[in-house]
Amino acid sequence: MRQVAIYGKGGIGKSTTTQNLTAGLGRMGKKIMVVGCDPKADSTRLLLGGLAQQTVLDTLREEGEEIELDQILKPGYKDIMCVESGGPEPGVGCAGRGIITSISMLEQLGAYEDDLDYVFYDVLGDVVCGGFAMPIREGKAQEIYIVASGEMMALYAANNISKGIQKYAKTGGVRLGGIICNSRNVDGEAELVEAFAKELGSQMIHFVPRDNMVQRAEINKKTVLEFDDTCNQANEYLTLASAIDNNELFVIPSPMKQDRLEELLMEHGLMDI
Amino acid sequence: MDPRDKVLDKYSSKVYKNRKEHVITIKDGEPNVITADTRTVPGIMTNRGCCYAGAKGVVIGPLKDVLTITHGPIGCGFYSWGTRRNKAKGDESTKSFLEYCLSTDMQETDIVFGGEKKLRQALKEAVEIFDPECIAIASTCPVGLIGDDIHAIASEAEKEYGITVMAFSCEGYKGVSQSGGHHIANNGLMKKVIGTGDASPVKYSVNLLGEYNIGGDGWEVERLLKRIGYNVISIMTGDGSYATLKNAHTADLNLVQCHRSINYIAEMMKTKYGTDWMKVNFIGIDTTKKSLRDLAKYFNDPELIKRTEEVIAEEEASIAQGIAACQEKLKGKKAAIYVGGSRSHHYINLLNSLGVDTVLAGYEFAHRDDYEGREVIPTIKQDADSKNIESITVAKDESYYKERLTEEELMALRADGIPMEEYNGMWEDIMDGAVITDDYNHFETEQFIKELGIDIFFSGIKDKYVITRMGVPSRQLHSYDYSGPYAGFKGALNFANDVTMATHIPAWNMLTAPWKKTPTLNGSLGGNE
Repeated sequence: MRQVAIYGKGGIGKSTTTQNLTAGLGRMGKKIMVVGCDPKADSTRLLLGGLAQQTVLDTLREEGEEIELDQILKPGYKDIMCVESGGPEPGVGCAGRGIITSISMLEQLGAYEDDLDYVFYDVLGDVVCGGFAMPIREGKAQEIYIVASGEMMALYAANNISKGIQKYAKTGGVRLGGIICNSRNVDGEAELVEAFAKELGSQMIHFVPRDNMVQRAEINKKTVLEFDDTCNQANEYLTLASAIDNNELFVIPSPMKQDRLEELLMEHGLMDI
Repeated sequence: MDPRDKVLDKYSSKVYKNRKEHVITIKDGEPNVITADTRTVPGIMTNRGCCYAGAKGVVIGPLKDVLTITHGPIGCGFYSWGTRRNKAKGDESTKSFLEYCLSTDMQETDIVFGGEKKLRQALKEAVEIFDPECIAIASTCPVGLIGDDIHAIASEAEKEYGITVMAFSCEGYKGVSQSGGHHIANNGLMKKVIGTGDASPVKYSVNLLGEYNIGGDGWEVERLLKRIGYNVISIMTGDGSYATLKNAHTADLNLVQCHRSINYIAEMMKTKYGTDWMKVNFIGIDTTKKSLRDLAKYFNDPELIKRTEEVIAEEEASIAQGIAACQEKLKGKKAAIYVGGSRSHHYINLLNSLGVDTVLAGYEFAHRDDYEGREVIPTIKQDADSKNIESITVAKDESYYKERLTEEELMALRADGIPMEEYNGMWEDIMDGAVITDDYNHFETEQFIKELGIDIFFSGIKDKYVITRMGVPSRQLHSYDYSGPYAGFKGALNFANDVTMATHIPAWNMLTAPWKKTPTLNGSLGGNE
C-alpha cells in the first residue's frame, strides 16, 4: 500500500488534481482510498458525484460510540473509497486536532485494508499546525506531491511545504515524490517549475495544462475521466497517474533560502510580466 | 565547603548556571540579590503550580457565593476542588457554593468543534440550578489553544441572565508559575466586582487582602479585628463573597497579608479609590501585635489604641502558658520553610519566638520584591514571560475617590516604622547564614535536609512524604494538615502545639526499611566460572 499526501497553496487545485489523478489510477485498476483532510469536506465531491458524504468528525460527534466504517466510507467512481475528515466551522475549535482524531479513528475502524494499492490524503493548503502534518507523520504517508504553478505565491508555498517535509523526513520516512504543475498559463511556466523542482532535488512529475474541460466536469460533479474520457485533458490525468505509479525518484527536499527563490523567479522571466 | 556550594556542585554546568542565581546564602550587611519569577529549568522537579491554579485555586475559588465553572477537561476542575482548605460558611443572606465542583468536562469533540456551546449550556444550567449572583469562568489549557471566546460568552450571559459573569483567561501554560494567575484574577475582580456596590462607608473599616482562610485563619483575624472595634468590609478572598467585595471600595484601609497574590488589587485600589494599604502579618505573636498596633496608629483614635492594648493583653495571657510549654521543647530546633510567595516569610518570626531557627527558606513563585523588599521593584527587569501576563491600569474614580491620609501623614507613619504601601520582604526576618532557594525542587530539598540537619520541614503535599520517610517531621503550610487556624494569638498556640507534636513523635525515624537490613535480591557474580 502506497500512502500519498497532496499538499500545495490554497486554491491551487489540490482537490481537483487529486480526484482526477485517482480517477486515472482507478482506470488502471488500482484499489484506492481518498482521505479528505480539509474541514470544508469537499475533497471527494467529484468522485462521489456531489457532497454525499457524512464526515468522520460529524459521525463521531453525533453517533458517539456507535460508529461503523460504512457510515463514513463511501465508494465513488471506479470504486474509489472516499472519506472526509471534516471539522469545525471557520473560527472555532481546532481543525488540526480534528484531523488527528479522524485519522486515528479510521485506523481504529480498520479503514486501511491490506488490499489497498493507494491511500491519498488531500490536505489543507498550509501546514499551519501539527494536526495538518498528521498525514506525513511516522507510519502514514511516505510520499508527497506538491501541487504548484508558475505563480510566485504557489512556489513560495511549495518551498515552505518542503521545509515541513524536510523536518518530518528526518523523524519519519516521508519523501518528496515531485511537483505537479497545475498550469495557470504563466509565461515560461513549465521551465520555471522544472527548475524549481530540480533545485529542491526533485522533479516536475507532470505538467497539467489549463483546460476548461476541468471546470465543465466540475460543474457536473464529475472527474474529467468520468465526464469525457476522450478529451485531451483526460489523457493528461492518465499520464500523471501513470507517472506517479511508475515514480522512483523520492527525495528529502532541500528547500531554498528566500534570496535563492527570488533569484530563480527572476531568471525565468517573471519580472517581464 | 559551604552547604550551598556543596549542593549546587552536583548540578551540570548548564543547570548550575541557572540555579546559582536562585540559591544564595544570606550574608548580613550585603544586598543579598536573588533571581526569582523566571522559568524553571526542565527536569528540575519544581514544586510550582500553574496559572489556572493561581487564578482559580487561590484567588477566585474561595469566593463562596461566586459559582466557579472550570472550562476544560474534568481533571483541572476535580483536582482543584476542596484541596486547599479555604474554609467558608454560607448563611441566610449569602450562599456558599464551595462544596460544589463545576466543570464543562470537555471531550475530544468539544476540542475539535469548539467548547463554546457546552460552556453556554453550563452557564444556563448553573443559573437554573443555583441561581447565583455571580459566576466565574476559569479557562484551562486547551481552551486557550482552540480559542474559545469565553469573554464574549460571559458578556452574553450577563445580558441574558442579569448577573455578573467574570471570565478569566488563566490557561495553565501562561507565565512561569501560578503567580501569573494571581495577577489575572486580581485584574478581573478589579474590573468586574470591586466598586460596583452602593453601601455607605462605615467608621474604622478595613479590607483584609491576601487572607484565604486556610484552616480558619481569616476567621481568627476577623475575630480579633472585630473585638477591637474595626469593621471588616471584605476579606479577599477566604470566606469572602461577591456581596461584600462589591463594597470593598468603601473601606478606609486595606490590610495586605499575602503580598504576592494580591498586591495588584492593593495598588489599583490606591489609584482608583485612594484607599491606603498597609502590610500586615497576623502569623506570629510579635507580628500580630505589631500589625494591630500599626493599625490603631493609622486611625489614631485613643479609644482604639486603648482597646488594642486590652485585647493584646488578654489574648496573649490566654496563650502564655501553652506557648511557654512548647518553647521549652522546641528551643534550639532548626526549621526549613518553603511555601508559596509570602507565607514562608510570615512564619519566620513565629518560629523564632518559639526558639526555632529558620535555617533554610524559599518561595515557589515569589518575585524579587517578596524576598528583597518593594524598593527593588523599579530594578526588576521585565522579561517576555512577565510581559505576557495581562497587566491593567486604572484611573481615578471621580465618584468614589477619597484621600484618606495626606502624603505627609503617610510619610510620618512610615517614619514611625509603619509599613504604609511598603513591604520589606523576607530579608526583614531571615537570619544571617540562612540558605535561600527560590523555586525549590526535590533534589535540593533532600540535599539540604542532609547538609543542614533540619528538625522540621514546612512545605506542601508534593514533598511532605519524601521528607517524612527521611525521618524528618514535615508539616504542610499550604493546608495545615487538617489543623489550624494558625493566625493570631490562638493560632500561634495551635501552631506551636502541632510543631511540638510533630517533632516529638519521630515515628518514621524509629523504622528501618527492610532493604536496609536484609538484601531483597540474591545473586552471584557471573563470568568467573
